[in-house]
Amino acid sequence: MLHEPIPNLKKLVEPDRVHRLAYTDPEIFELEIKNIFEKIWVYCGHESQVKKPGDYQTLTIGRQPMVMIRGKDMKVRVLYNRCPHRGVELCGALKGNAGEALTCSYHSWRFHLDGKIESIPLMKGYDGTRMNVDNPDCSMRAAARVDSYRGFVFASLSPDGPPLPEFLGEAKIAFDDMCDRAPEGEVEVVPYCHRVIQHSNWKFFMENQLDALHPSVTHQSTGVAAAWVEREIKQKTGEAPPLYYHYLSAFTMSFDKWDSVQTLNYPRGHGILKGYMGLRPDDPDTNAYVAKMYEAYGKEKAEKFLSRDIHHVLVYPYLSVQSPLQQIRVLRPIAPNKTLSEIWHFRLKGAPEAIYRRSLWYYNLVNSPATMINADDLENWTKGQWGLESSGMDWVSFHRDHGRDQENADGSIYSNSGTSEAVMRSQFKAWTEYLAGDK
Amino acid sequence: MATKKKTSAKKAPVKKAAVKKPAAKKDVKKKVTAKKLVAKKVTSKKAAVRNAAVKKPTAKRVVRPTAVIDTQRAVEQFLYRQSEILDTRQWQSFIDLFSADGVYWMPITQEQTEWEGSPSIFAEDKLMMEVRMRRVLHPQAWSQSPMWATNHLVSNVVIEKETAGEVQVRSRFHLMELRRDTVRHFGGTYRHTLVKSGAGYKIKLQRVDMFNSQAPYDYVLQIWV
Repeated sequence: MLHEPIPNLKKLVEPDRVHRLAYTDPEIFELEIKNIFEKIWVYCGHESQVKKPGDYQTLTIGRQPMVMIRGKDMKVRVLYNRCPHRGVELCGALKGNAGEALTCSYHSWRFHLDGKIESIPLMKGYDGTRMNVDNPDCSMRAAARVDSYRGFVFASLSPDGPPLPEFLGEAKIAFDDMCDRAPEGEVEVVPYCHRVIQHSNWKFFMENQLDALHPSVTHQSTGVAAAWVEREIKQKTGEAPPLYYHYLSAFTMSFDKWDSVQTLNYPRGHGILKGYMGLRPDDPDTNAYVAKMYEAYGKEKAEKFLSRDIHHVLVYPYLSVQSPLQQIRVLRPIAPNKTLSEIWHFRLKGAPEAIYRRSLWYYNLVNSPATMINADDLENWTKGQWGLESSGMDWVSFHRDHGRDQENADGSIYSNSGTSEAVMRSQFKAWTEYLAGDK
Repeated sequence: MATKKKTSAKKAPVKKAAVKKPAAKKDVKKKVTAKKLVAKKVTSKKAAVRNAAVKKPTAKRVVRPTAVIDTQRAVEQFLYRQSEILDTRQWQSFIDLFSADGVYWMPITQEQTEWEGSPSIFAEDKLMMEVRMRRVLHPQAWSQSPMWATNHLVSNVVIEKETAGEVQVRSRFHLMELRRDTVRHFGGTYRHTLVKSGAGYKIKLQRVDMFNSQAPYDYVLQIWV
């Protein structure tokens, strides 16, 4: 039934449940690549990743090999990372500097840093043909649209569709919150990145990020272990343990507490999980930082920035931003059952080093390839993928609190309980619209 | 070519031993090679004995004193024991190998020099190691339930620096990890900063550089490498 065209796709998604093929079918995955990832605004990187002319970072948008590169005019561009001549990849490393120009390793076509053709050896060979330096086919192709929001660079491979601010919608708060927490109002990328393969469909990750029922189950072992060490430290030293133990032990809050954490769901599948960790302790590091914030913004504004109640912001369908901890996780779907995740960390410009170092613990403990947290998430998603690949049952249940969500006039949905599966229902609403070509 | 081979065989001091071996008349060329191999083996053994005998009078010129060789052997044994501890899952014994301020560190890139202050794969003091140990031993450590085993090999042990209280050791490791039905391979460099403690050593810093640390990780590492 699924090999019929788009209208039947809608049959996969009901208000309270979703057919398992949405997670497993290769043709649906191809459609996701075409109708979602190669159309919408995809995060490429931060401007500070390419500081100097010639600096580049390679990445994938959908299935397209791209390169984000800074030109001599200091403009950041996103180009297809291939030679227009015979298709050969031009920037071979994850990141680097291209120097004065990009040179193809095959026939030495050279390109300016903005992608325009610079020279072709023995150009006279093209005399009288339609391939000449004025032909745009002679130059590297650029992404249809490139824009940035507070230093975060996005590209869209489609000339049509909403502009970036409209696409981000309410999820803009992710970047505002992170940058506003910097006394200088902007952040700088840390030039290393954790990269982990998930053996599951990308939707598992996106759903999991705002799934408030799973942490105390999935992460019980680590939460309990960290709480034990926290107690030990308190008993032995009489002092409060470092905050990073709390990062881990907080996962094992009771179900009731998790149920009281709000999720907010917005059009296009974006969402917010409200804060629960209490990331503003009363200690000298925090106080020094707060003083810097007061100095930069004045007390009232600084307090507004510091008291924003956010844990996660999801930019559907591929980005999870934890603004108070200065990290983003980017998904690059590879196959129905394979997803690359890249996790980046940022420094708040003008904030004391201690604030960065504190959040670094979270970044490492939760995301590194030796994480004690995601180890169990990845295990769940892998096992979940296997289950959905089996024909044991066809429907994935999203019934929790169905019919009890509060829909607002602006299209947003408040879950009246933190463990509501409103998050998944909202994501699939957007998914259906994307695949049907409505967005 | 054949003559050359013969001459070289002649030069070998154990030619007689080789010749004694019954050789068939056919396939002379091949047999010559085989003989040579046998001859070489014997040569090296004999030569070793002879060299050992010759060395005695020049012993004063040997730069490596016995103490250095003892350190070499001692740190090798220490590294082997650490591998054994990991492969037999004696997590507390692993933590006990570290000094009170000991740190286990796996950076993302080789250019990183400090264990704190930049992203790392592992960056654990003894208390964080305790969290990791307690986690993997917890009955609800879900990702620990599939079949899992490791096999470590440590080699290329080089003492980079030795002072009165400290030894800096570089070595290479190869780790095979079985998880469910698949085997993964990991390799890289260990850099142990060992402090002398009683008759043995404690680890002040163990730096682990995975040779493929920047490639995407297929799933994660549950325990120290």
